[in-house]
Amino acid sequence: MATSQTLARESALSVSEVKRRKVVGAHLLLLPAYLWLGLFFLFPLLIIVYYSLTVRGPLGASEAAFTLEHYARLWDPLYARILWRSLWLAIATTLITIVLAYPFAYALARAPQRWKTSLLLLSVIPFWTNFLIRTYAWMVILRSNGLVNAVLSSLGLIQEPLSLLFTPGAVLLGLVYGFLPFMILPIYAAIDRLDPSLLEAAADLGAKPWQTFVQVTLPLTAPGIAAGVLLVFVPALGMFVIPDLMGGAKVTLIGNLIQNQFLSARNWQFGSAASVVLMALVVLGLRLYKRFFRLEGVF
Amino acid sequence: MRRRGLRVAAGLYVALIFLFLYLPIGILVLFSFNRSRLSTVWTGFTLDWYRELFSDYAIWLATSNSLIVGLASALISTIIGTMAAFALHRYSFRGKALFESLLQLPIVIPEIVMGVSLLAFFVLINMPLGVHTVTIAHVAFNISFVTVVVRARLYSFDTTLEEAAMDLGANRWQTFFRVTLPLIAPGVLAGFLIALTLSLDDFIIAFFTAGVGSTTLPMQVYSMMRFGVTPKVNALSTLILAVVIAIGVIGQFALRGKKERDPQADLAG
Repeated sequence: MATSQTLARESALSVSEVKRRKVVGAHLLLLPAYLWLGLFFLFPLLIIVYYSLTVRGPLGASEAAFTLEHYARLWDPLYARILWRSLWLAIATTLITIVLAYPFAYALARAPQRWKTSLLLLSVIPFWTNFLIRTYAWMVILRSNGLVNAVLSSLGLIQEPLSLLFTPGAVLLGLVYGFLPFMILPIYAAIDRLDPSLLEAAADLGAKPWQTFVQVTLPLTAPGIAAGVLLVFVPALGMFVIPDLMGGAKVTLIGNLIQNQFLSARNWQFGSAASVVLMALVVLGLRLYKRFFRLEGVF
Repeated sequence: MRRRGLRVAAGLYVALIFLFLYLPIGILVLFSFNRSRLSTVWTGFTLDWYRELFSDYAIWLATSNSLIVGLASALISTIIGTMAAFALHRYSFRGKALFESLLQLPIVIPEIVMGVSLLAFFVLINMPLGVHTVTIAHVAFNISFVTVVVRARLYSFDTTLEEAAMDLGANRWQTFFRVTLPLIAPGVLAGFLIALTLSLDDFIIAFFTAGVGSTTLPMQVYSMMRFGVTPKVNALSTLILAVVIAIGVIGQFALRGKKERDPQADLAG
């Protein structure tokens, strides 16, 4: 920027004038993003906040009268149970994927060099494949005339097909299967960056392998786990596809509740209140999480 | 002795997780070639389900909708996102931190909330739902991803190259199109590809913002799955998997080849 020509031109201007022009330039570059995000992201969010706080008229439209009844209704045991179930399924999914992914990522990062590229490619492929397709793969296996039941009945272990699909267990399995790749990759990246000489130093200083792991490896790879938690917990909390396909009507989560209120029940005010609560849970959770883990780089 | 045992255990564990990840997909692919419509027993090889798929007009329409939305939203979000990345990289100004948090919101907010809020918005302004509304929605979440990717690329950008160009008499536009853009092109391309992938992959937001006749491919897949497990859905899933894996593997190798011939790395090295 400091070319001889522009420098000569700009030296004629006061410093504050140059600064002002630069700021104007920045905002001009940002203008399309401002407009798009403002109109098609922030404004729509404000609309649902408005709907969630207004009275539902006889035809379903919002009337300009303030109410908290839609939020109060979420405390009804029927809906409170849905909120609670969504929360614990998301937490369980996150914990199970950490436990499964960590040793796997560790082994992968410490694999011999000639294997590493292919192993890494094999773990990235599920990351790319579509969620719906991976959920469907389990429907093929678990349905009443699916593979598991076929094998069990041909072995004579069962007379009647087990109902494996449409249970909370199936939904949890689907969530773990769907999100495992999202936990593996960030943890792998963190372990792969770990300097092996630190581990050697710990061993040289007399630390036992488990001490080295707890006191050196784990703290240094925690950002990887933290990033994985964000990639798993947030989408798991709002998920409605897996409970819809693998839980049938039996396992309703907050995502299904929102979908139903908007598309079937057509109570947009109540659906908006559920959306605002979900959004608040995520945003507040992230703030606390960021403070707790002192995360700066990750979101 | 103990080390060796540990290594065998680690190998077994890795194999087990891979089995968990791939077995369901393998079974899905296998049964797309099975002759029987209902049974889980292998009754012989057939390509009938693929033939049925290729003669299904709805699937062709959904595929073309997905491609239109994907390319259009990737193009628009790449332009807007690259501009934003430049502004954030080059300038500091009041409200920058605020804008950065705004930019992160579409990444962290649950997709279903974005979906219903956009549906409420389009209904409020009386805009009929169609391919254009899905495109608008996809641009809204893609801008953030493109900005992050392009900005990461700008960190390694050497600004003295621009200064050299201007010293040699190029004006701002010439410098941008002949020096800056070619150098950051890999980052911009990466942003475009991520936007395209996210758009083609998205089901939730499209589900709420698409109308009659603008069904995207993931929506088509979903509605077929809801009717139950059929070999035709297996065949469609297999084809999508094959395309995604092929693009991914080619991309991976192309990227590696590129890295070795990276002009900036050459300059830096």
